[in-house]
Amino acid sequence: MNWSKFFAMGGYAVYVWSSYGLAAVVLFLNIYLPLHRRKKVRRLLREFLRLKEQTR
Amino acid sequence: MHKYASPKFFYSLAGRMTPWLGGVTALLLLSGLYLGLFVAPPDYQQGESYRIMFIHVPAAWMSMFVYMLMAGSGAVALVWNIKLAEIFASCSAPIGASFTFLALVTGSLWGKPMWGTWWVWDARLTSELILFFLYIGYMALEASIDDPRRAARASAILALVGVVNIPVIHFSVQWWNTLHQPASVSKMGVPTIATSMLIPLLLMALAFTVYFFVAVLIRMRNDILERERHTGWVAQMLESKP
Repeated sequence: MNWSKFFAMGGYAVYVWSSYGLAAVVLFLNIYLPLHRRKKVRRLLREFLRLKEQTR
Repeated sequence: MHKYASPKFFYSLAGRMTPWLGGVTALLLLSGLYLGLFVAPPDYQQGESYRIMFIHVPAAWMSMFVYMLMAGSGAVALVWNIKLAEIFASCSAPIGASFTFLALVTGSLWGKPMWGTWWVWDARLTSELILFFLYIGYMALEASIDDPRRAARASAILALVGVVNIPVIHFSVQWWNTLHQPASVSKMGVPTIATSMLIPLLLMALAFTVYFFVAVLIRMRNDILERERHTGWVAQMLESKP
């Protein structure tokens, strides 16, 4: 396996690897962002429930 | 059926399913990438550049598939007033939009070396761009209305009107014969693509499909928590799992 030949992609390296790189970013963000938001939602909800408890 | 449509049951079912579906996605992606990048031979006309296809075509398929799911569940929510269908539609939109964006940009990155231009106003490209704006319009409309139920109704109607664009995208390469090449894989007839290229393409498409369900389930769980915040089960769950 010739790795430098593989990464050169027959002269189309910029186009091919930009495509795969962008796909990786899109696939990553669509999982990471909602998981990150999940923490925030749970924190806010606990806050909300505590306030509801206090004002009862 | 009612049990599956209850947000509480769905929340825990989705939580148990996502790790498994995530594992399936990883396996499909790795095998698709291996066969597509290492095993499939270079194309006799396009050389190595055609490998963009393994991202571009699945992303473009997903952009339309997710739109149909989004409009379909929007219609279900309109007719039967099912809250989960509303949540599914609203959570699909950003994922569908990102697939459309990926299809457009990878198309550009493939068009530059093969056609000599990043963009042409040909029917396929233009209708795919309209699809992107439909997703953006859907999300903007939904975000502009405070009451989630009313927002879901208004945006579902917009999504249903936009469905006319889907057959235009699909048949555009047959109706207007311009730069974009016609489909190599279709339900009718034998695919005009070598098996060594077809298998990684289908694996990547399957990977993107399962991936979509992982991403949408994670988003739906966030929305369910927010919308059900007044219910007892959310309070109990937050106490037991802090």
